[in-house]
Amino acid sequence: MSMSDTRQPALLGPSGMIFLAILVAAAVLVPALNLMTPPDSALHVPTYVVSLLGKYLCYALLALSVDLIWGYVGILSLGHGAFFALGGYAMGMYLMRQIGTRGVYGDPILPDFMVFLNWKELPWFWYGFDMFPFAALMVLLAPGILALVFGWFAFRSRVTGVYLSIITQAMTFALLLAFFRNDMGFGGNNGLTDFKDILGFNIQSDGTRLVLFVLSALALGLGYVLCRFLVRSHFGKVLIAIRDAETRVRFTGYRAENYKLVAFVVSAMLAGIAGALYVPQVGIINPSEFSPANSIEIIVWVAVGGRGTLVGAALGAVLVNYAKTYFTSGMLAPYWLFMLGGLFVAVTLFLPKGIVGTFYEWREKRRPPPDGADAPLASPKPAE
Amino acid sequence: MNAIDMVAPEAPDGLGAEKKSLTEALLYLDGVTVTFDGFRALNSLSFTVDPGEMRAIIGPNGAGKTTMMDVITGKTRPDKGDVYFNGGTTDLAKLDETQIATLGIGRKFQKPTVFESHTVIDNLRLALKGQRSALPNIFRRESAAERALIDEIFETIKLTDHRWRLGGELSHGQKQWLEIGMLLAQDPKLLLVDEPVAGMTDAETAQTAELLREINANGHSVVVVEHDMTFVRDLGVRVMCLHEGSVLAEGTLDQVSANERVIEVYLGR
Repeated sequence: MSMSDTRQPALLGPSGMIFLAILVAAAVLVPALNLMTPPDSALHVPTYVVSLLGKYLCYALLALSVDLIWGYVGILSLGHGAFFALGGYAMGMYLMRQIGTRGVYGDPILPDFMVFLNWKELPWFWYGFDMFPFAALMVLLAPGILALVFGWFAFRSRVTGVYLSIITQAMTFALLLAFFRNDMGFGGNNGLTDFKDILGFNIQSDGTRLVLFVLSALALGLGYVLCRFLVRSHFGKVLIAIRDAETRVRFTGYRAENYKLVAFVVSAMLAGIAGALYVPQVGIINPSEFSPANSIEIIVWVAVGGRGTLVGAALGAVLVNYAKTYFTSGMLAPYWLFMLGGLFVAVTLFLPKGIVGTFYEWREKRRPPPDGADAPLASPKPAE
Repeated sequence: MNAIDMVAPEAPDGLGAEKKSLTEALLYLDGVTVTFDGFRALNSLSFTVDPGEMRAIIGPNGAGKTTMMDVITGKTRPDKGDVYFNGGTTDLAKLDETQIATLGIGRKFQKPTVFESHTVIDNLRLALKGQRSALPNIFRRESAAERALIDEIFETIKLTDHRWRLGGELSHGQKQWLEIGMLLAQDPKLLLVDEPVAGMTDAETAQTAELLREINANGHSVVVVEHDMTFVRDLGVRVMCLHEGSVLAEGTLDQVSANERVIEVYLGR
């Protein structure tokens, strides 16, 4: 028997290849169809659709980040929208500071809402956000540090299961209330909006929109490869082991809480990147992004696509959000939340592994056992 | 309490006096008491395990066998008493499960717990002694030596043909062996094995006894909790009977089975 056979799954399996191929195709075709076809052509992709697709890609990255911890470590976070929103706010603060004298009040330093509140100087936590590299760093650090502190306390105290879900929900709700307050200095109820430029480019221009779309596709692709790399490493195997038998992992000598913490922080940072790409494409960030319902929606996306498959999470995010766009723009709009709830119930009952998970299972059944030796299951009967 | 056979930690136990370090017990429990809501699961339990020793523990349900393992592995803290490891150098009562596992105490649970969605070989890879920190394990590669060690363990636990199956697909007996294999991969100084032959056929039971003797012969100390008296006889080691949280009798299986109190509370007349 060959002992050099390690059967490490490939970094990119067939589904990963297909996923990345679709992303590359989208990143090439969407801009091409936007730029090279006349507006009246059937093939033309209008700019608003480009931004809509870009938004879906950000949601897909957010779903990927949730799948990393829910699908592979079993941490059901019902507050991941908070990390997304923090990344979004970091980007929004940069965009606010780019407005300069073009604001309604024309103050070169203070954003409009601060002038309106009669503030005389910039709060300390707005310092540095006029520099893109600093803001980009904060996109990672703000969600990352929150996840680090939150996770450190939660995982060390061995809060798991539904209790952990509840406190993640409480976390995002607390942030929602805090960001609603004008005193917080983040624009209160209205949030941050009326953006003009990003890195000197007009944020409304078609070119900028296309670049943001391509960057979203790139971030999603890289995020996917990173997650794949993590989950198939020894580290990732420990994560899966924690999901299935945490006590055993501890008795095997691993600090389960540290593994969870690393995964949680990476996941929060991915969510932050998704938020940062989302904000310039939708043109606004406000406290409603922290609302618990948003975080629960992410769980529905992942469940629909297939938990613990990465590709499925991204697929679920795009499909559910396409359905949302479709149904909330017609006469069925008032019933969307019922549909979403019904979808979650239906998926839980009839498709517990989600779309991609069910497909994998079907494919597995059709395949003959890989090892000749495996075929006869010579399992001795347990006594009693 | 009349039948408690206490062994002093410095008892030479037949070993030469020149091997001073070996004369000290590997595991030393003294006066360990654990109370759950007024119920004394362990009542001033005292015993020692010598390096390289294999010990079988029997006793009726509720005698405190599993609680004893919980105390040794850090899952439960004792209310009173001392738990020392490595010749009295390490106080186990101050450490948590992970630290104790890293020190070299491995545990097999009563209900076989393997990583069900990992392949059998990945179960062993995860258990294999080595790097335990999170970040370095992101970039960890399996060395040739580790691969050889895993192959060796597969031979010992006779699961070579099942290496690519999922842990969850194994039969009950195979899971028990896989779990023992995972303990071997951890290469602990002391193995705590809780009911390893529960639910096994007679043939499997005999094989398991042989496997544990082999593990013990390779220098690992082993503590086995088991109800199956045939299996305990197969092991042929020193036996200790627990009852109501303390040691009722200790000695060879024949001595213990002849003990009046043991017959009364456990074996039956």
